[in-house]
Amino acid sequence: MSLNRFLFILLAILVLIGVTEALGQGQAPPLLIAVSFLATTLQVATPLTLGALSGIYCERAGVVNIAIEGMMLGAAFFGWLASIYAGAAGLPMIAALLVGVLAALLTGALLALLHATLSITFKVDQIISGTVINILAVGLTGFLNRALFFQQEVPHAPGVLPTIRIPLLADIPVVGRIFQQQPITLLAIALVVFTHWLLFSTRWGLRTRAVGEHPLAADTVGINVYRMRYANVLIGGVIAGLAGAYFTLESVPSFEPGQTAGRGFIALAAMIFGNWTPFGAWSAALLFGAAQALQINAQFFGLKVPSQFVGMLPYILTMIALTGIVGRTIPPAADGKAYEKA
Amino acid sequence: MSEKSSPGPGSTSEESKSSLASIVSEGARGLLVPLLAVFTAVVIGGVVIWLTGTGPAPADVKGWPGFLVQSGLWRPILAYSGLVQGAFGSRRALSETTVWATPYIFAGLAVALAFKGGLFNIGAEGQLALGALIAAWIGFGLPGITGPLPAIVHVPLAILGGALAGAVWGAIPGWLKARTGGHEVINTIMMNYLALLLSSYLLNGPWKDPDPTNVVAQTPPIAQSARLTPIFADYRFHWGFILALLVALAVYWLLWKTTLGFEIRTVGNNPSAARYAGMAVERMIVLTMALSGMLAGLAGSVEVVALNYGHTLSFNIGYGFDAITIALLGKTNPLGVVLAAILFGALRNGASRMQFLTQVPVDIISVIQALILLFVAADAIVRYIYRIRARGTKLVLTRGWGG
Amino acid sequence: MDKYMDREIVLEARNVTKTFPGVIANKDVSLKLYRGEVLALLGENGAGKTTLMNILYGLYHQDSGEILVRGEAVRISGPSESIRRGIGMVHQHFMLVPVFTVAENIMLGAETVKGLSLDIATVRRRIRELAEQYNLDVDPDAYVKDLSVGQQQRVEIVKALYRKADILILDEPTAVLTPQEADDLFEVIRTLQAQGTSVIFISHKLKEVLAISDRIMVLRRGQVVGETTPAGATERSLAEMMVGRSVLLEVDKQPAKPGEVVLDVRGLRADDDRGQQVVNDVSLQVRAGEIVGIAGVQGNGQTELVEVLTGLRPARAGQVLIAGTDYTNAVPRTITEAGTAHIPEDRQEDGLVLSYTIADNLVLNTYYLPPYANGIARNEDAINANAEKLVKEYDVRTPSPFVPVGNLSGGNKQKVIIARELSRPIKLLIAAQPTRGVDVGSIEFIHKTIVAQRDAGAAVLVVSAELDEVMSLADKIAVMYHGQIVAVVPADQATREDLGLLMAGAHLEPVTS
Repeated sequence: MSLNRFLFILLAILVLIGVTEALGQGQAPPLLIAVSFLATTLQVATPLTLGALSGIYCERAGVVNIAIEGMMLGAAFFGWLASIYAGAAGLPMIAALLVGVLAALLTGALLALLHATLSITFKVDQIISGTVINILAVGLTGFLNRALFFQQEVPHAPGVLPTIRIPLLADIPVVGRIFQQQPITLLAIALVVFTHWLLFSTRWGLRTRAVGEHPLAADTVGINVYRMRYANVLIGGVIAGLAGAYFTLESVPSFEPGQTAGRGFIALAAMIFGNWTPFGAWSAALLFGAAQALQINAQFFGLKVPSQFVGMLPYILTMIALTGIVGRTIPPAADGKAYEKA
Repeated sequence: MSEKSSPGPGSTSEESKSSLASIVSEGARGLLVPLLAVFTAVVIGGVVIWLTGTGPAPADVKGWPGFLVQSGLWRPILAYSGLVQGAFGSRRALSETTVWATPYIFAGLAVALAFKGGLFNIGAEGQLALGALIAAWIGFGLPGITGPLPAIVHVPLAILGGALAGAVWGAIPGWLKARTGGHEVINTIMMNYLALLLSSYLLNGPWKDPDPTNVVAQTPPIAQSARLTPIFADYRFHWGFILALLVALAVYWLLWKTTLGFEIRTVGNNPSAARYAGMAVERMIVLTMALSGMLAGLAGSVEVVALNYGHTLSFNIGYGFDAITIALLGKTNPLGVVLAAILFGALRNGASRMQFLTQVPVDIISVIQALILLFVAADAIVRYIYRIRARGTKLVLTRGWGG
Repeated sequence: MDKYMDREIVLEARNVTKTFPGVIANKDVSLKLYRGEVLALLGENGAGKTTLMNILYGLYHQDSGEILVRGEAVRISGPSESIRRGIGMVHQHFMLVPVFTVAENIMLGAETVKGLSLDIATVRRRIRELAEQYNLDVDPDAYVKDLSVGQQQRVEIVKALYRKADILILDEPTAVLTPQEADDLFEVIRTLQAQGTSVIFISHKLKEVLAISDRIMVLRRGQVVGETTPAGATERSLAEMMVGRSVLLEVDKQPAKPGEVVLDVRGLRADDDRGQQVVNDVSLQVRAGEIVGIAGVQGNGQTELVEVLTGLRPARAGQVLIAGTDYTNAVPRTITEAGTAHIPEDRQEDGLVLSYTIADNLVLNTYYLPPYANGIARNEDAINANAEKLVKEYDVRTPSPFVPVGNLSGGNKQKVIIARELSRPIKLLIAAQPTRGVDVGSIEFIHKTIVAQRDAGAAVLVVSAELDEVMSLADKIAVMYHGQIVAVVPADQATREDLGLLMAGAHLEPVTS
């Protein structure tokens, strides 16, 4: 990603912190506001970061994935459901939550398998295939959620994943708050680094990028294009599943229909804005996260502007990012094109 | 089904030569796969109902064969019979089905028109919300500024105002696509959330019904002069349905019989060739999105003017996805869209009766809907199951991020 | 008989047949390749050469027949199998990932790793070794997108050698090269040959085949129609074998009678999609009644120049005048209405809407004018009548004017475009690569039609990557190199050698008549 865009993102985040500081003036010490702002940003950016990474795996291999939203929603629901029943079966809280996370990952993988089958094997238009999954996720979670309501007794959810204190860093006074985070948030950051290494330094990454840029060239040197695409879409699905787990197992211990509220699509925009690179996407995710953190803080500090207008900020920022005002980005050359083997 | 892949125009009806007979025969052939897609989805939906059902059999199934009762198979059967009853079982049911179908026709046409122009409008939901919002304001708020309006002015003003608002809401992502390449799929979704937040602000704030008994985010009722009264007393069947049918014909005429329609379709099929042929591709993109948004806006304003006589927050939720399914099930053909919309109206309408009878949540319709879309999009699956040969050329629907 | 035929047979095809829906691509084709020889496979576009090679390389599978590698019957399941057996192929359209480096492209699919990470250093070293051994200059760390086509081709050859290929298939390798670059390639082929590599050289260019090969096989309509050696053949005999009848190698035309200047380009500059200036101060005049041909290796700004002239790309500086009126940066429709016809370079992509009927494609840029439109409504009767008439007049081979144009062959698609562009009164014809991928019969028709337009008084600008086409069609030849017109020569004074040097950027003494 270009330096310009990094600087733009940095500047935008600084502006958002500045606004928050101005709002909270006199109500809390400035450093505390900044620290709390950054900690919140890291948290709320997590599903965006993971969603963007999910998109990177798929699209670097040449499969457009607009189904991240649906994968997240499905994973959020089934992860939550699994944790409830695991808890009710007598598992301790942590174990029940881990069962939930596994169920979320599995849901993501299954939906990704559907996307891969439709778009790679059946060569269905990839955006339509993604839409099928988005609608399926809304329908299935809505249906099962209501079916659950009709039952008299639903067991309680076991809670949310515990906070991890990063040794030393978390012990720094005041600032240490930033380094006390829940596991999925930390995992997301680790995955950014891992994905960067995988994509640009390994055989897997080279082949993945080759099938996304020029599948025929990859085929002529003996790389199985379909297999690479399937594998990457499935990895993408698992990561989207982790993003789903964030909603119901890390953020809040409950599910509501439409809980993901377009985060999957904002994640896609972060991926595009980050030029399909892990670090680029992460910084874009942090920017959108910061906009959301401002909204949370604005409510907290009693801003006079109606909350709906502050709530528009992440969506508007997303649209602005896509205009290419801060430089055009270039998708992988074969992104969205079904590969027809001779 | 003829097996010979004749070089004649395929099921995409991209032909310019069309006689009534050929339309009918093409139509009949074109209906086969969508019908099988619906059938397959309904069967699978039945399996889902069967698998997820709980609770004892109600009194309705007394006297049914024992194995149906014990295996739980009574549930999908009762559910679907409830569905059919609720949708078509009486004059009132039929009337309600058309009430449901009306916004579906408009919104389905909106998505279909965009597809013809090579654009994927996921934003029908937001455009519809804007249409309803503005139509409602014209209905309740405008007379306060202008003084009382005669119905002959007020009704069309409200409908067209809403349509225009939808057009603007659709034209914004169109403009962004044409000028900056920002993809309409993401931008129309973002516009949906913006529409929701804007509605939430207005309906909880300045446009909220001031009536002291009101606790809901809704506008005051619109003036009598802005209302279209029902056609028959005691039934909710309204003029909007008739208007929807007329608009479907108009869209058909526009697409196939006018030079503008030729331009829209050419840009949708091959923007590069359109540019070489001297068409203003960027302008067409904005125009197509505006027309699409206008149709979705009409869905909203007609609901306000002819049915609800006001606008309540989030009545529009889900219409965007439904409209996509309807457009694709109707093969992006305006007349196909009408049939698909009536089918969906029937499903949604019958679902309440189904839920009442069997405790199967109405949301099962959304599952069936996703399955329908799945089988329509991946028609290879349906063709494989039922051993039908493909014919004709493939529909080009969307393009990747590149534009 | 060539001197290699007593050596080992390294690759053999026996009675190979391959059909695609509706087409027999290869019928009962047999072929032998001896160690160290250069076998030329000659044939028209669509004769089945590439299909045969793709079968040998494992990209397609034959319906019947046998493939033997070094005497052993094998089933080549895919490229990895052929690579394992020492077969390398340089495809007509390079199989390189533009955003990858040379080293990344070469190792792709045959990576060396250290632990879990890629070991670029080793790859780089091996590439340097190969480059030295075969005298193939490549920079392992350059990005492929920054390389010239000649360099990219060398990367492809190194890629095959990296995989230890000793049978090399080159599919139309000279199509994108200047005559001088082609000579360099021939040097490389001789070096490879000297070190024991066997080469199959696919081409439809007679001169090259005679120059490089030890043995020549000719394919026509999927069948082997003859085998000869360079010593036993002439250009004319090869051409007749290739086409199946005697052909005109020259375009039959009278001397031009140039009139007024129609197209007047002055100091034109324009950028490509990446913002590089690729049209660099071009000035050019085309008169009524003459054909000006632009010769040049692809990618020297010809495509962009045509796009600027037709209003598809903005000019950064300079002027475009048509019949004295300024049309700089006018929109395409205005330029069309000024009497310009345009045959675009990429007809599938830009010239036609493949899902539309022939009738609709024939009014693609006149649909809004009477009689095809009454106000805003389309007039189907007029559109259909126009189609019936033009299909006959331009000999478009189709069951009906109402079938999708995508069903037609390449030559017939091109005829549809030509019918559309030339059936209205025009002053200026701009034709880009008018015969690319078209069969010989259609080529003759297209050339005749273009000459007829000239004789009817139109100014004609032809851009072609085929030097022979430019030389035989044009009255004046402008050579384009690095975005500039480096010379304008009367066609009757131009020689292949001079033009080749100019295309490669050499400066010549001004040609004086």
